[in-house]
Amino acid sequence: MRARLILWGIAGLLLVALPPLATALGQPYYVDLVRRILILAIAAISLNLILGYGGLVSFGHAAYLGIGAYAVGILGFHGIANGWIHLLVAIGASALVAAAIGAVSIRTSGIYFIMITLAFTQMLYYLGISLDVYGGDDGMRLRSRSQFAGLVDLRDPVAFYYVALGVMLLFVFLTYRIVNSRFGMALRAAKSNEARSRAIGFPPYPYRLAAFIIAGAMCGVAGALYANHTGYITPGLMAWHQSGEMMFMVILGGMASTAGPVLGTFALLLIEEVLKGWTEHWQVILGPLLVLSVVFFRRGLAGIFFKPDA
Amino acid sequence: MSWALVFEQLLNGLQYGVMLFLMAAGLTLVFGIMNLVNLAHGSLYMVGAYLAAAATQWTGNYLLGVALGLAGTLVVGMAVEVIALRTLYERDHLDQVLATFGLILFFNELIAIVWGRAPLYSSLPPWLQGHIKLFAGSTYPVYRAAVIVVGLLVAALLWYVVTRTRLGMLIRAGASNRTMVGALGVNIKLLYTVVFGCGAALAGLAGLMAGPIYAVQPGMGELILIQVFVVIVIGGIGSIRGALVGAIIVGVVDTLGRAFLKPLLGTMIPPTAAEAAGPALASMLIYLLMAVVLAVKPAGLFANR
Repeated sequence: MRARLILWGIAGLLLVALPPLATALGQPYYVDLVRRILILAIAAISLNLILGYGGLVSFGHAAYLGIGAYAVGILGFHGIANGWIHLLVAIGASALVAAAIGAVSIRTSGIYFIMITLAFTQMLYYLGISLDVYGGDDGMRLRSRSQFAGLVDLRDPVAFYYVALGVMLLFVFLTYRIVNSRFGMALRAAKSNEARSRAIGFPPYPYRLAAFIIAGAMCGVAGALYANHTGYITPGLMAWHQSGEMMFMVILGGMASTAGPVLGTFALLLIEEVLKGWTEHWQVILGPLLVLSVVFFRRGLAGIFFKPDA
Repeated sequence: MSWALVFEQLLNGLQYGVMLFLMAAGLTLVFGIMNLVNLAHGSLYMVGAYLAAAATQWTGNYLLGVALGLAGTLVVGMAVEVIALRTLYERDHLDQVLATFGLILFFNELIAIVWGRAPLYSSLPPWLQGHIKLFAGSTYPVYRAAVIVVGLLVAALLWYVVTRTRLGMLIRAGASNRTMVGALGVNIKLLYTVVFGCGAALAGLAGLMAGPIYAVQPGMGELILIQVFVVIVIGGIGSIRGALVGAIIVGVVDTLGRAFLKPLLGTMIPPTAAEAAGPALASMLIYLLMAVVLAVKPAGLFANR
């Protein structure tokens, strides 16, 4: 437990110290890279809530990343630049879509659930492609970043970095609270034994649906930040490769551990970064690496460093 | 909108449907028997298309190219099963999905390395070009008609193999109780590899038939794979009959939707709105259909497990 706290402390300090360090070393690119990782880590944290703790293998979590991003893009397109409205709409729209998709797909289980969440996300992807007003297949540049008057300016890369870091830490904390609440226990119980959970008076459906909606809403926030990060929205955000990568972030880090997804996101995206530096055809190396990690590396990074929480 | 046009689009839907069926049959067989979710099934479709196109160019003979493409996909499929997937049968679906996702990245990039990212266009021999006459002066491309015939023949062959032969008996037995089949002295490992190879060859057949109609390019397999998932969810997983019915429903609905939804909407709402909503709704149609089927029958139309 102590070693664990010390490790987290060091990791946290490194993250806080990164922007001044990178600037001093004349490598502002790293601020950009880690900011992207932090934002995607938020998405992975939200996926972990349903995948790791709820046992719901959603292969369509990229949908909410896309919805969050499109909320920012579309509102900006129509001249609404207020960041709080952006966030509110991103959260609301993601939650609404998650409620609709979840209501249908949580009725099924196993392989059906995987295929259905994937199919619905693909549907949204095609919807994004057919939205010609908002750039269609090519996507669209943001008119302006989300504006939080006086509070923070997202055009400042370092300030935005700390915003991403802060939101990520907030979401780690939130997930921790959710998972260890009465609601979280019911959710985890349904994962470990559905029949018993039902027998003691906790029918899984409402708990799973609620978790699905919460996870969607959290990922919507990540999407809104991501749109601000790239300054660009494209249907590609909802493509199924994105969903697959998000699952890997969770799995590599270690399912059902509060901070595992953060580790996993760092691991996956840093590996990708290194491979991209080697060769244009980096995926030909990443693919087999991922297969090997599934076959031999079952408990993820968190499994090496710590005992799992759940 | 003339009836000849509707009929032609119905045939196009049928043609797309039989291709979806070839994919769905392999996927559902592999799931039914080995309990394996294989996302890389779309990669085998792509491999079939590329191998056949390359072999046709190399030999200069279309039929020889098709034969080599099929054989090649069969071998690639068996190799993938032996090297990568064998260890995953006992794992849960999550691990299978993730590992086969890794395989997709690998195959897409490998194809891009060998053949480049630009779409490949394959040419047809003269006897498959041209049109056949239908009723009332309308015509239909020979090649698409040939795809329908081949697809239906393969469906019949598959039905014969599964219900009337020893291999089919083993397949059905394996699907209902694997341990028992193994205990009765059947080489279950070999059976798995053979079934996986056959599924791969079916995907390869779909891919090489798709070549001259759609673009042959890296990632082509994923687009059809997700529609195949919709087929399987609608038809009921593990059921070949369900795969056939689901595939034809999805093929026809998708094709008709893309062809007629926009003009149909145009008669009800203002044309500019129809212009925008038509394509969007058409591309979402099969997913909405899937949601409706699931709401009524959560395990699909022909669920047998």
